[in-house]
Amino acid sequence: MPIVNHPWPWYIAGPLIGLVVPLLLVLGNRSFGISSTLRHICAACIPANIPFFNYDWKKERWNLVFVLGIAAGGFIATTFLSNGGSVPVSPSTVQVLKQEGIRDFSGLLPSDIFSFSALLTVKGLLFMVVGGFLVGFGTRYAGGCTSGHSIMGIASLQWPSLVATCCFMAGGFFMTWVLMPLLFKWL
Amino acid sequence: MKYIKYFIVGCFFGIILVRSQVISWFRIQEMFRLQSFHMYGIIGSAIVVAMVSIFILRRFSVKTISGEPITIPKKVFHWGNIYGGLIFGLGWALTGACPGPLFAQVGSGFLVVGVTLLSAIAGTWVYGKVKDRLP
Repeated sequence: MPIVNHPWPWYIAGPLIGLVVPLLLVLGNRSFGISSTLRHICAACIPANIPFFNYDWKKERWNLVFVLGIAAGGFIATTFLSNGGSVPVSPSTVQVLKQEGIRDFSGLLPSDIFSFSALLTVKGLLFMVVGGFLVGFGTRYAGGCTSGHSIMGIASLQWPSLVATCCFMAGGFFMTWVLMPLLFKWL
Repeated sequence: MKYIKYFIVGCFFGIILVRSQVISWFRIQEMFRLQSFHMYGIIGSAIVVAMVSIFILRRFSVKTISGEPITIPKKVFHWGNIYGGLIFGLGWALTGACPGPLFAQVGSGFLVVGVTLLSAIAGTWVYGKVKDRLP
């Protein structure tokens, strides 16, 4: 099936992602959002008497099933629908990243940073562990992530979501343009 | 069983994330380096389609399949939208993934991302612990 075997262009993928919003609303009055699942996992596994995790997470089980579905979808797409080809990254991005020490451009993630062997290096710890921590802390503090704020929030015309999205981008630009070159230089 | 529909929608979403390479660390780098339109096109067109859909649902007072009126919770501004948003942005550029793609990456066989995900859960937990002391 050649249609499913090529990377999908943005004008196919974006609208399909947009349709998840009305689908969840019509199927069960659910608002699209993913970072809340991290809170539900805390509430289910390690509530530790913290008031923020003391709520009936079972009512939000749909959200956990939804993210299990995302993982399953990742498995299906990679196992059955993938052509195994490399990621056509913009040549200018490749050039900059090469200067900064990335060697592996063959997959979706550079194995220089994202691998079990890199986990024991300062670089690996920083990108995976510190990065993950900032994602979990930041999304909850912000009250949502790209799905809950940038897509669901802006689409339902809620200005705090627009503010949050601008801050997501500002944080990302600052990391990419200012901090990351320093980190690559030092590590 | 009543949750299986969410599993199916999740699968659909996960497949799109992988097939359009949204889960690629390189795609997020391209986006933040302003060297590709791909991610802007995806997020932008997703917002437009979602916005038009919500408008249509409201305009025709569409009900859910079980007959309830559709409600969308209101988001109230707090300073966390700004501070938390900036913190998440820093992490997004490092990991090259927001929470949805993290789950899709693990499913795609990048098992090491499970570490990132556990760390994200830890980040959420620490937020819950210290939230009353934050602005």
